[in-house]
Amino acid sequence: MTDQGPQMPGLLVGLVAVARRDLLLAWKRPGDVLNPLFFFAMVCTLFPLAVGPSAEQLTFSGPGVLWVAALLAMLISLNSLFISDFDDGSLEQLLVSPQPLPLVGLGKTAAHWLTSGLPLVLVSPIVAITYRMPGDVVLVLMLTLTLGTISLSLLGSIGAALTVGLHRGTALLSLLILPLSMPVLIIGANTVSLAAGNETYSAGIWALSAYAVGTLSLAPYATAAALRISNE
Amino acid sequence: MESLAMGGYGAYVWTCFGLAAVVLIINEWRVRARQEAVYKEIEVRIKALEDSA
Amino acid sequence: MWKWFHQLASPPHFYRIAPAFSTWLLLPGLALIAYGVYSGLFLAPMDYQQGDAFRIIYIHVPSAYLSLMAYMIVAVAGGIGLIWRMKLAHAVAASAAPLGAWFTFLALATGSIWGRPMWGTWWEWADPRMMSELILLFFYFGYMALRAAIDDTAKADKASALLALVGVVNVIIVHYSVEWWSSLHQGQTIMAEGGPAMDPGMLYPLLANIFGFTLLFGSLLLRRTRTEVLFRERRTRWVKEMILAPEGQS
Repeated sequence: MTDQGPQMPGLLVGLVAVARRDLLLAWKRPGDVLNPLFFFAMVCTLFPLAVGPSAEQLTFSGPGVLWVAALLAMLISLNSLFISDFDDGSLEQLLVSPQPLPLVGLGKTAAHWLTSGLPLVLVSPIVAITYRMPGDVVLVLMLTLTLGTISLSLLGSIGAALTVGLHRGTALLSLLILPLSMPVLIIGANTVSLAAGNETYSAGIWALSAYAVGTLSLAPYATAAALRISNE
Repeated sequence: MESLAMGGYGAYVWTCFGLAAVVLIINEWRVRARQEAVYKEIEVRIKALEDSA
Repeated sequence: MWKWFHQLASPPHFYRIAPAFSTWLLLPGLALIAYGVYSGLFLAPMDYQQGDAFRIIYIHVPSAYLSLMAYMIVAVAGGIGLIWRMKLAHAVAASAAPLGAWFTFLALATGSIWGRPMWGTWWEWADPRMMSELILLFFYFGYMALRAAIDDTAKADKASALLALVGVVNVIIVHYSVEWWSSLHQGQTIMAEGGPAMDPGMLYPLLANIFGFTLLFGSLLLRRTRTEVLFRERRTRWVKEMILAPEGQS
């Protein structure tokens, strides 16, 4: 018999399949994608209401407020990264599948970013304009948000994997992820501020890129280890 | 007396040293209290099992 | 040498020898602190710029140092427990975290009190070291919260060990990003610790306190770990035999 039995699909096929599944699920539940976006917009609305809508205040605080709001919106969306799979048992299936777990995690994280990080980047100009942010600064904002949300999705997947299925995991997830995401927030928001002040901001862009690449290469392994630990 | 005043900064300096002492004392006390509590709890359970055996 | 290592990893053995080691650390530690505090407060010359307020350094620096060392211990012990599956290592990590958090709190509190006369404010956001220390406190809280949230001890051990390892990398990155950020927002003075070169009269009490507090920390850690071990092993035979043994100990 030369038949070797069913072959495991290639790694790329596997990754795309995992990502596609999550994207399809998100498509069927647009609320999951839209809610964090509404949250983002609402938080950005809170600040002028609380602090005052003067033009100076807006331009000064804009980069920071938008970045914090984006971070919080990402936090909300990260909660559901593994929850639905955990609840219906598909997480276990993913754990025992022959596909390497880091790739599975990466696929899910990629889908997560496409449904939370990317929409944030696309929506941010609208909110930024209300904060009287000039066009070139808005571009810097979008760039930093793109790089930053990639890192946040990846770091967040580690936290989500550690807390999946835990009682009150939501609050705990925030507590775990916020310290991890401080460097991204600091560098991202301040880079946009520098751009707004017409100063050189390339250092921050390089740093964010390095951070994104670093987390991209390392986080999937940590996420896989965390998934194994919380599901044994 | 001059040592206590610490050149006017007395309140700050002594509060810090006092805080350190308090932190150490609290930790010392907690370590001991936990050891006693754990030991006692296990002792009670094991002796109860022994008696009923 | 391996025999010693394997013996050390055995819980009943550790439980027996820990008190003695703890005392060996405690007594010299207290002696060093006594010297450090006395000479730091009364014998060390006054600082040129800060007056007597600088004496807070004798508490602040040891606490800050210990807060970092404790986190390293949490991460390394967790890593050892994760890789070599050593139960004792996990017990050490679990015990070191609350101690580290206390010292982080002490570092922040003394730093804030020191800042009041020096900077004029109870909290200077722009001071990178204080900010990093604050974020370190959050790391500690996250670690302890994760442990508390997981009921199964073995699972809690592994999950928190992973978190600590991820956290160690981040602590370093946080430190550098906060430094960069504070250089952007040049606030008031950065806390000068005694000036460019420290007078030996100032330095020796500081070193004594650093060593002394470390020894004290070690003694607390040993005893806390001992209790943790007892608790984790409460259903084993060696604990049962020990409790029922005639001479009884605590």
